[in-house]
Amino acid sequence: MDAREWIERFAELVEAEADHLTRLDAAIGDGDHGTNLNRGLRAAMASLHADLPPGKVLTTAGRALISKTGGASGPLYGTALRRAGKALGDTPEVGAGELATALRAALEGVRELGRAEEGDKTMIDALAPAVAAYAATAAEGMPAAVRAALDAAEKGAEATIPLQARKGRASYLGARSVGHLDPGAASTVLLFRALADVTPAGA
Amino acid sequence: MANVGIVLISHSRALAEGAAELARQMGVGQVAVEPAGGAADGGLGTSIDLLESAVRTADKGAGVVLIADLGSSVLTAKTYLEELEELEEPEDGRAGGPGDQRTRVALADAPFVEGAVAAAVVASTGAPVEAVLAAAEEARHARKS
Repeated sequence: MDAREWIERFAELVEAEADHLTRLDAAIGDGDHGTNLNRGLRAAMASLHADLPPGKVLTTAGRALISKTGGASGPLYGTALRRAGKALGDTPEVGAGELATALRAALEGVRELGRAEEGDKTMIDALAPAVAAYAATAAEGMPAAVRAALDAAEKGAEATIPLQARKGRASYLGARSVGHLDPGAASTVLLFRALADVTPAGA
Repeated sequence: MANVGIVLISHSRALAEGAAELARQMGVGQVAVEPAGGAADGGLGTSIDLLESAVRTADKGAGVVLIADLGSSVLTAKTYLEELEELEEPEDGRAGGPGDQRTRVALADAPFVEGAVAAAVVASTGAPVEAVLAAAEEARHARKS
């Protein structure tokens, strides 16, 4: 897994989907998710100088996201990437097993920071099943595991539609938050789509 | 003996500045109350860089209590505290922060305005971080009807 390609692809996908994410956020959040995350990821790309080991790529990008995003998605995605990067340490190559550890660390970081559980209608609803699906499939190799993670993230995000939000601005809407896709879960799908896009089938 | 400093974190610069003005007055000029509101460009948002520099200004050597309003303010404050812990092993070139001096920085689980006022009043007496933190957290029990 090439960490720089992963973040680069995530930045491209978020840029392409920025308006869509912002529209989702305008329905139940404060309407800035796409704009914010796009800004944060641009800063993240600018912060990555050449020849960083994969773990350092993720911690550096995470730091930039925390500093430059401006909304809740900065600390959340930033912490996810930083924890994942720290879990990778100085390893020069990321195999299926290392990535499993890194993804688990990312999930733990987001859980601790946001105190959200599955079912609260947050990014955790896509992230948690994706990480679990990856772990369950990791023995079959990275391409299969990454594909399984993306499928699980998509299903998890889709499943936020009927949920009532229990975190963030949307939680004040109560029952009126039902019927909308959670924007954080939607952007989490892009994180895993990016990972799938940069994982060659034979890797 | 220095007083505990207070940093008020909000999505809105005006809200953080207004609450800081009020808390400063309640601290009878004895307490450094610093706002960390809005994004770095002044618009709505939260900035960990503004928070870091506010803590530095508020830190007079007795520690700093953080009071956040909601949402990303709380997440940014928690992320900042996690980074401070890492600074103990200076690694990422952010030396010179309050973490270096081992002064205590803590996030209060408190209502924004009431917590800020209560914290400033108690900080003005020279009380330690724990007492200022407790005063801010107690403020949630103030009934209004």
